[in-house]
Amino acid sequence: MQYAFFLGCVIPNRYPGIELAMRKVAPTLEIELKDMEGASCCPAPGVFKSFHQSTWLALAARNLVIAETLGTDIITLCNGCYGSLKEANEILKTNSSKRDEVNKILHDFNKEFRGTIDVKHFVEVVYQNIETEKLKGLVKKPLHFNVAVQYGCHLLKPTKYRKVESTERPKFLDELVEALGSKSVPYRDKMMCCGAGGGVKASNPDVSLDMAREKLENMRNAGAECIVTPCAFCHLQFDRGQVDIRNQSGVDFNIPVLHYVQFLGLALGLESRKLGLHSNAIPIDPVLKKL
Amino acid sequence: MVEPKNNVIRLDELDMGFAEDVAKVGAEKINLCIQCGTCTASCPSGRRTAFRTRQLIRRALLGLRDKVLSAKDLWLCTTCYTCLERCPRGVDPTDVILALRTMAAKAGHMLDRHKMVSGFVIKYGHAVPVNEENRKLRASLGLSEAPPTTHTFKEALKEVQEITKKTGFDKLVCFEWK
Ligand code: SF4
Ligand code: SF4
Repeated sequence: MQYAFFLGCVIPNRYPGIELAMRKVAPTLEIELKDMEGASCCPAPGVFKSFHQSTWLALAARNLVIAETLGTDIITLCNGCYGSLKEANEILKTNSSKRDEVNKILHDFNKEFRGTIDVKHFVEVVYQNIETEKLKGLVKKPLHFNVAVQYGCHLLKPTKYRKVESTERPKFLDELVEALGSKSVPYRDKMMCCGAGGGVKASNPDVSLDMAREKLENMRNAGAECIVTPCAFCHLQFDRGQVDIRNQSGVDFNIPVLHYVQFLGLALGLESRKLGLHSNAIPIDPVLKKL
Repeated sequence: MVEPKNNVIRLDELDMGFAEDVAKVGAEKINLCIQCGTCTASCPSGRRTAFRTRQLIRRALLGLRDKVLSAKDLWLCTTCYTCLERCPRGVDPTDVILALRTMAAKAGHMLDRHKMVSGFVIKYGHAVPVNEENRKLRASLGLSEAPPTTHTFKEALKEVQEITKKTGFDKLVCFEWK
């Protein structure tokens, strides 16, 4: 399987360990990654789409065209990038007047949106193309943890642009975590937003952080030993957010946060340094000690 | 006698075409709202703030243009889409909020923090650009110091910048080209 690897912003520029983990894990899953040279911000859906739709569409289209030129579907590790690119791709494929408008802009750069590729999230590819049974067979080091699974909003919603079993009680990510030997613990308001999206983290950091705090409390009360998420922005919100909460209110959650690709990497037997886990704000040591 | 001025909505203050405008900007189904409040009850942001999704939609339907577009609450939605999935009338409340934000931005109500993030995309191609600390971290992990994005390919960055000029986004976010 070949995919155009869309990096986005948070992963390469704040958590490159997630990028590295993907580059190390992909071969084991028989995924070949092609770099999308010159790609930009997706651009961030909640922010840019709400300011100026035609700019959002044109910049997203420019990214999509890079993958079209490579001739492969896009794979992403961030729900924001996924939501933005998937939605823009759908709009441009189905709405000819918007497509014409965007192509008029891209024409000057010898680019054209053709609508020849799809946008996939990494966990979607693992679940659909590799499947949990095969995944179990690849596990070298079973991970026996109580995990708080954080789906993140834009992996699932809005359903008008994607097919999802359920947005209220989805199971696939829990299955992907449990296939690696862990238990996905139920916790209160599991499907609630992490608080980072829609530009709220930038405009109203206290409100944003308070949402993360509420979720962290619920995760802790459920006995979670770590948080696993497929979204780079949820990852940042919970990892660095715990430091902000400590600084503001003295409350220390100390729950390590792993991106699903890093969690999978550990189960595949990769060293934690090769997965960039040492660069998290909340030390990952409790997880490593229990391996 | 005390006049309950603040609670009185005067007909002549209402902009009757406002809901139509909102519909045109991408929230076609705003008129379907029956004010059931499912959106407010679903909202993680409203749980801890005075932001009320149902109320915002009511005000928009009434035609309280300035009040709606200048409200700070408009920026408290995290676009979690929970209300959109649950609304029994298919109003797509999140899309209403996005449309209102588009109109608010045009009317000059964009927040400085959002202008700043937008400026980063114009300047670097990334809303979250690489920094010194991260360059070092990347190198220590055996990755290229700058990712293979607009950070490495200057021509690509120029394309991004030209696009924002063509669409007028640079002006909208008051970006200063040096
Ligand atoms: S859930 Fe839908 S119908 Fe009910 S108040 Fe909100 S927007 Fe209106
Ligand atoms: S999409 Fe916005 S308004 Fe709707 S529930 Fe989520 S945060 Fe609240």
